[in-house]
Amino acid sequence: MLALETPAENELTIKGKAYIAGIYEHPTRHAPDKSTAQLHAEVAKGAIEDAGLTKDDIDGYFLAGDAPGGLWPMVDYLGLKVRHVDSTETGGCSYLIHLGHAAQAIAAGKCSIALVTLAGKPRTGVMPPRAAGAEADFESAYGATTHNAYGMCAMRHMHDYGTTSEQLAWIKVAASHHAQYNPHAMLKEVVTVEDVLNSPMISDPLHRMDCCVVTDGGGAMIVTTPEIAKSLKKPLVRLIGHGEAIKGPRGGKDLDLTYSAGVWSGPRAFEEAGVTPKDIKYASIYDSFTITVLMQLEDLGFCKKGEGGKFVADGNLISGVGKLPFNTDGGGLCSNHPVNRGGMTKILEAVRQLRGEAHPKVQVPNCDLAIAHGTGGLLGVRHAASTCILERV
Amino acid sequence: MTEAKKYNAPVTNPESAPFWEAAKQGKFLIKRCTACGEPHYFPRSICPFCFSDKTVWEESSGEATVYTYSLMRKSPTGPYAIAYVTLREGPSLQTNIVDCDLDKIRIGQKVKVVWKPTDGAPLPFFTVA
Repeated sequence: MLALETPAENELTIKGKAYIAGIYEHPTRHAPDKSTAQLHAEVAKGAIEDAGLTKDDIDGYFLAGDAPGGLWPMVDYLGLKVRHVDSTETGGCSYLIHLGHAAQAIAAGKCSIALVTLAGKPRTGVMPPRAAGAEADFESAYGATTHNAYGMCAMRHMHDYGTTSEQLAWIKVAASHHAQYNPHAMLKEVVTVEDVLNSPMISDPLHRMDCCVVTDGGGAMIVTTPEIAKSLKKPLVRLIGHGEAIKGPRGGKDLDLTYSAGVWSGPRAFEEAGVTPKDIKYASIYDSFTITVLMQLEDLGFCKKGEGGKFVADGNLISGVGKLPFNTDGGGLCSNHPVNRGGMTKILEAVRQLRGEAHPKVQVPNCDLAIAHGTGGLLGVRHAASTCILERV
Repeated sequence: MTEAKKYNAPVTNPESAPFWEAAKQGKFLIKRCTACGEPHYFPRSICPFCFSDKTVWEESSGEATVYTYSLMRKSPTGPYAIAYVTLREGPSLQTNIVDCDLDKIRIGQKVKVVWKPTDGAPLPFFTVA
């Protein structure tokens, strides 16, 4: 028996019970010559090799709605033999929830080496339709898209708190400063606040540069036990707190689109980890749109509700410049948002930062505590949020 | 101006059928729970607040104010305004603001329900009151 590292590890918690031992982000952003299943296999292979493991070591598999056919076809296609599976589907944050669920399964002994994959090709393939919910007859005619659903959040946030388009633009500016160092980033050009404001209006008040990229590609990770992680060669990165939550209009009572389910997932994760937002050295924050970042920073407690605009302005999110380096790979706004789902890449860049493997120009010195947080679905309609607190051991 | 947009008929189901039958009469129904007193929309048989099954249909005034909106400019069928409006009875709901100058929509503006035809029951939208 190994000695337990903290008292919390002896309690009903996932704190410290699962490590991320392998990561891989597909370098492609445009994959007309590949199948979706093939992309899943390629990212799985990349993460398994990064961990120094083999395919036959995998005994748990986690996937979401982007994996063609779901669990039976994918387990068979990849040639896996697993004893634990999970297909939780919460849109772009599915993979953050998978990380928490993998830790639970590992802590309970249901698997010891879990693979999580995300891949797809929204630019060059057909995206599977979403199944209709109970609300379909009452909403589907109104044309909610990602753009206008997040636009409605931004419009109300501006109304209630005086948030400005200039403040939102700073989020894109910060992402672009980071993306210039990422050779795989789809958009590598550094942009200014004026560039964002001068880009075409897509859905008021969001301009084109307030929106993330659309990319083919994917990513994967390997989650394992402390013992196995320590037997491998990679720097040790472990999950110490996790939260998940879902928010919707709930019958239309007290509708408030200025906050997300992050107000619930964040505190749960911080409490389990025993840390506060002030302790965080690096933040991967879901950036489907600039407003997504601003609302999440407030909801997670990096600043007070309504003060996100001031918080993100003047380069505060730029590594080496501001107080909270965020999305140092360029994020979804500039680098990659594979299959319109940014949760996996949020984890991968957080792990790179904790390993010290981020680009030297954006690497946070002595980065030992990071957050990876995401939302999935439509922030202005129904969505999930998941928060992971990660620590370098 | 583009020709009138065509909307798909609601599929309907046993739980929602009374709403769509009333819609054909131009009546906009919401649900109210007689156990906790809370109104809600879209209609459910079990109250989403107290989980009582004592919910009843109630005709809404169809009068509302704009909670938020966004004017979608990139659309093959032309710009359209998605919005949440808050009914005088309380519940907020997703809709489109139609038949008005879309550039003049503002948060807090008063709007009222209008119906758009389909091959089945009509669909509720809102326009400037």
